[in-house]
Amino acid sequence: MNNGHIIQIRDLRKVYRLGKVDVPALRGVDLSVPPGEFLAIVGPSGSGKSTLFHIIGGLTPPTSGTVRVAGQELPGMTGAGRTNLRKRTVAFVFQKFNLLPNLTARDNIAVARYLAGMDSKPGPEFEEILRLLGIASRLDHKPSALSGGEQQRVAIARALVRNPAILLADEPTGNLDTENSKAVLEILRDLNERLGQTILMITHNPEAAAYGHRTVHMRDGRIVEGM
Amino acid sequence: MTAKIVLENLKHKPMRSLLSILLVGVPVTLILCLVGLSHGMLEDTQRRTRAIGADIIVRPPGSNLLSTGGAMPAAIAGALEKRPHVKMAVGVLNALVQGVDLYAAGIDLARFNRISGGFKLQSGASFQQPDDVMIDEYYASEKKARVGSYLNFLNRQWRVCGIYRGGMLSHIVFPLRVLQDVTEHANQVSQVYVKLDDPANTDAVIHSLKSDPGWGVYKLYSMDDFMALFSTNNIPGLREFVWVIVSIGVVIGFAVTCLSMYMAVLQRTREIGILKSLGASNAFVLRIVLAEAFIMGVGGTALGVVMSFGAWWLIRTLLPASIPMVIVPIWWLYALGITLVGTLLGALYPGLAAARHDPIEALAYE
Ligand SMILES: Nc1ncnc2c1ncn2[C@@H]1O[C@H](COP(=O)(O)OP(=O)(O)OP(=O)(O)O)[C@@H](O)[C@H]1O
Ligand SMILES: [Mg+2]
Repeated sequence: MNNGHIIQIRDLRKVYRLGKVDVPALRGVDLSVPPGEFLAIVGPSGSGKSTLFHIIGGLTPPTSGTVRVAGQELPGMTGAGRTNLRKRTVAFVFQKFNLLPNLTARDNIAVARYLAGMDSKPGPEFEEILRLLGIASRLDHKPSALSGGEQQRVAIARALVRNPAILLADEPTGNLDTENSKAVLEILRDLNERLGQTILMITHNPEAAAYGHRTVHMRDGRIVEGM
Repeated sequence: MTAKIVLENLKHKPMRSLLSILLVGVPVTLILCLVGLSHGMLEDTQRRTRAIGADIIVRPPGSNLLSTGGAMPAAIAGALEKRPHVKMAVGVLNALVQGVDLYAAGIDLARFNRISGGFKLQSGASFQQPDDVMIDEYYASEKKARVGSYLNFLNRQWRVCGIYRGGMLSHIVFPLRVLQDVTEHANQVSQVYVKLDDPANTDAVIHSLKSDPGWGVYKLYSMDDFMALFSTNNIPGLREFVWVIVSIGVVIGFAVTCLSMYMAVLQRTREIGILKSLGASNAFVLRIVLAEAFIMGVGGTALGVVMSFGAWWLIRTLLPASIPMVIVPIWWLYALGITLVGTLLGALYPGLAAARHDPIEALAYE
């Protein structure tokens, strides 16, 4: 295994148990991602893309295999260990934005920093990110008063305010129109190019995937090409 | 930040929050009213008894604090007056005239006035006719009675002949003879109030009476000892009753919070999933649920206290004589403790359910 990789996955398997039935979601995934890469992941529905993200992001433990994320071994990690992983190492951006509806955009961002145990004032580089996202004037609104594109940009700001090693974007443009999709994709590319942010992005759209440096294809719980 | 999340959650569903606080507050009001009433009644009786100005109180054998009906010979008063140091002894007959705790007193007015310094009439005059009754200002205002009004007691009409300043002996007084006849307690009294030449002799007189076989059977109290009997612990059943109400308070607080928070947690599975995806620990999720319940408990207690003032005002305005309620601030603290036990226990199950919730399911849920 090459230690220069920020994500190293070997023969990762994940089986969900639904009642008495075992549902294999991942059947032996191998994947290595160098730091600073913008990786696109495509594949049919149910092929296990989101499950792969959930494991990398510590939302659920792997069933078997080797998973190393930013130097941390995930198999055998406790619930508390995975909580810590989510605090600072990996950050999610979801298709459905998933902002806290009762809080303003500013507070949504503040909660993320608070949960990561960081002081409440982000540094100057975050100002730069906010400028890049173009939401500085919308921060005192609640999500319901923001457009989808604005909500997704707030979600990106919330993810980045903790300086995560890895950004996991699960169909970030899936709920956006063409124009907003383009804006979000350009933001992600900018973040990657200017700040060297490692980004993994799931998408169904080949045009979106083209923003990445590299595209891998998943099918039936495996990566089938693009390794 | 935790505070903000909790407050925004409460504000998000204001009706749910306010209803929960109201429901948590109701048993608090109940508890405070019960305690206020029992304390009020005791203090009121204490004050009225102390105003008599006696040094020793003699009561029938086998009597207890609450049995205030007749049953010792009226002649005891005369016999007591023959003892050394006794200046005066006045017998009083009590009769229950209304509800469970409104007693009228039958007195020999002339003698009673000498021991106590007397009833202070605010209007009218003392007894003139056999159907006359004197009442105090509180009872008069409760019944909207004036001098010359007729009131019904003991299955008879009575004419109010005078209204006296409250805080003396009883809210209602009859001539002793009349009350003895009407209640068929001829020549009997319920207690005898004894005034000594010098209060310093109280213990000596009680001691000498107790060592006399004829007197030993009677209950003998110094005024201070008698006052000490007026404690909520000495009212039979009250302590148990308070415990029952307190338990009801805990159960209601528990049930209301459990339901309210469980509903809230179900509605917020997605938010909880989001918080977890941001690195919130299970303990953090539990904490925000408990914090919300804590605010409901504190808010409910505060509202309960406010509502108890409302009840206090209402009772004082409508029933100043029969139900003397007081505010007992130390019980605000107890009520807060009782409520917090209920609400926090109630929030525990929803809180743990929320903490254990699988974030993936919560986020996948449409
Ligand atoms: N929490 C879960 N419990 C049980 N089965 C699950 C769970 N999550 C995913 N699965 C199953 O695992 C498989 C892979 O699901 P996953 O969500 O990873 O696919 P996906 O590639 O992200 O699909 P989509 O493109 O529709 O988002 C599916 O068969 C799905 O039903
Ligand atoms: Mg998916």
